[in-house]
Amino acid sequence: MKKTGAEILWECVVREGVEVVFGYPGGANMPIYDAMLSYPIHHVLVRHEQGGAHMADGYARASGKVGMAMGTSGPGATNLVTGIATAMMDSVPVVFVTGQVAAHLIGGDAFQEVDMTGITLPITKHNYLVTRADEIAEVVREAFYIARSGRPGPVLIDICKNAQVESCEFEYPENVKLPGYQPVDHSPKEALENAVKLIEKAQRPVILCGHGVLVSKAEEALMNFAVKTQTPVASTLLGLGAFPASHELSLGMMGMHGEVHTNLAIQNSDLILAFGMRFDDRVTGTLKTYAPHAKKIHVEIDPSEIHKNVAVDVPLVGDLKTVLTDLVPMVDEYDHEEWKKQINEWKSEADARSIMNWPDDGKLYVPHLIGDIWKATGGGAIVTTDVGQHQMWTAQYYAFDKPNRWLTSGGAGTMGFGLPSAIGAWFANKEQEVWAVAGDGGFQMTAAELTTAVQEGANVKVAIMNNSFLGMVRQWQEFFFEKRYSAVNMLSPDFVKLAEAHGVPARRVTKREEVDEAIAWARSIKGPTVIEFKVEMEDAVYPMVPAGAALDQMLQRPVKK
Amino acid sequence: MNYTFIALVENKPGVLNRVASLFRRRNFNIESLAVGRTENPEVSRMTVVVDCPNGDMDAHKIEANLYKLVNVIDVQDVTRQPSVTRDLALIKIKVGPEKRAEVNGLAEIFRAHIVDVAFDSVIVEITGTEDKIEGMIELLRPLGIVEMVRTGQVAMTRGLTDGVRRVQGVTGNRYEDVSEMAEMAP
Repeated sequence: MKKTGAEILWECVVREGVEVVFGYPGGANMPIYDAMLSYPIHHVLVRHEQGGAHMADGYARASGKVGMAMGTSGPGATNLVTGIATAMMDSVPVVFVTGQVAAHLIGGDAFQEVDMTGITLPITKHNYLVTRADEIAEVVREAFYIARSGRPGPVLIDICKNAQVESCEFEYPENVKLPGYQPVDHSPKEALENAVKLIEKAQRPVILCGHGVLVSKAEEALMNFAVKTQTPVASTLLGLGAFPASHELSLGMMGMHGEVHTNLAIQNSDLILAFGMRFDDRVTGTLKTYAPHAKKIHVEIDPSEIHKNVAVDVPLVGDLKTVLTDLVPMVDEYDHEEWKKQINEWKSEADARSIMNWPDDGKLYVPHLIGDIWKATGGGAIVTTDVGQHQMWTAQYYAFDKPNRWLTSGGAGTMGFGLPSAIGAWFANKEQEVWAVAGDGGFQMTAAELTTAVQEGANVKVAIMNNSFLGMVRQWQEFFFEKRYSAVNMLSPDFVKLAEAHGVPARRVTKREEVDEAIAWARSIKGPTVIEFKVEMEDAVYPMVPAGAALDQMLQRPVKK
Repeated sequence: MNYTFIALVENKPGVLNRVASLFRRRNFNIESLAVGRTENPEVSRMTVVVDCPNGDMDAHKIEANLYKLVNVIDVQDVTRQPSVTRDLALIKIKVGPEKRAEVNGLAEIFRAHIVDVAFDSVIVEITGTEDKIEGMIELLRPLGIVEMVRTGQVAMTRGLTDGVRRVQGVTGNRYEDVSEMAEMAP
């Protein structure tokens, strides 16, 4: 049957299971938008393509499916770039479809022509420039397969306008032909046996649980392994929720703003089991002194992560769930009582400094607010954030027990991610409670998407932690630049009025006693709401490992007098 | 130390750019890169010489990163493998009739050829290992080299043995299996 390129795109996209697309129309993708009307696709008109990219990202992270975002050629496409890089750094499967000028105009600096495959080469898992209609079916099939398989990631398809309008025979390709693309599934028996030998000898083992546990849906396998070997589980920022925070073996977050006892456990361990994580500089501190006594086992689907930052003793390349499922019957049971006791001692020392023990001193502190939101939501909400202090506090104090509820830009550290990713997550499951925790800086980067939330009736609860500073930069200037504050004083609009102008009910909270009621109010409204919390201006995130310091050289919160 | 890799890639537009961009992004220093067709019209072959200050660790990094590119089919390290490596150079020398014989003599020793003779210049074509070409260049330099072009190194292992493949999960020559593995149902 003959179909236009634009129709073929939707034929294939619908077959991939896509139901919702986040995008923005323009000159070079109008045929795609015209054809879309004939297909069962819900299109979300965003206010800026970056918002659309983050929405598709949030949708993918919350649902485990491939997200999809669109933009027209030129600036429409370049506006997606930050969102593409964000998805790339955090291995999120999103297919981006951009319009491109007609094939015969390419290279001629035509109106709204930008070399998108060139620009996105280093920030996509793969990308395509499509110049003919008869390429589209195969390309879309491959793009979705590449995005979701192996180590997931974003794939961009740049479709020339002529390819959208031209017609050709459409036959759905059942198979893809990718001779060079073969994700490794399981590790060889000998490698697993080498790992078992190290596990047998270990007295002080620690599991480092990364985003890969969630991506590979290996939560149960991880639980089985950890319980059988009684190995404590530390989590990366993106691994939170893969292992229940309330479990006795959970150590919480590691790294620059990780728990004291967690970082001490890593530095004093004699065996590190790195599961689906990549030894990012934010979790290792300086590599010179990183876990100096530990042998290292690294389970990872992407072979290029092996030995990249930290040389390991036993690499296990493969799908984490498969590898762990193979490994669990091969290991013995252990108790590691002494080791766990030692870690608990470190923990009680650190807990004495916790801000959560502070009495109400008339000021609002973000950790308290996160704890209050956690209580009100029973710890079960999807929580998204921007980047900075509020992000770290949310990671520290919203104790995630369930997977895929914690959506944050980890690798890229993209401000403005919170609100749009929350809207995307809401589309993944409309019954699920969704909170976007934002800073005053990040919120202003994508605040225009409030109207998108209204137009779609997206039931997202925004909590703006307003300290009138770019908080994390201010904290670094306080600690490392002799408190010389440079370009961090942030004037914000009246967030309540701003929200109301968008048609979003909003409140401002300045005292601790108003908090619970405000959270209850937001939860009682169906549709988007905004609460602005006027928080302590110069609080700092603790513990903190200064950049370039050893992981156990932590600045700790001063004891409250 | 310089390492020599052979990469088999899909013969598609933009693949060279993908490889070059990868090397730039991961901060690998290319000494030489040669690309050409193979006996299979769907496959191109690259010989890449890369400086690897950290030895095998860097080599692993390069192989593993190349496999991240969807269009890369197979990567082998032939650095320590018995192999034939060749580079071709065209060297133009400014010499008049009085010194042609001297150039000709040198060319014979190196099994090079004079492929163009003009009134006041000649072009010498030489094929061989890098060392051999460097040796000849040094001898020709005093005569006055005005122009030179080199193809970059190409390499092939001797006999039927392959180079080294370090990446876990990559066993055997993936290229040999291309036709069998071609179709996958995602």
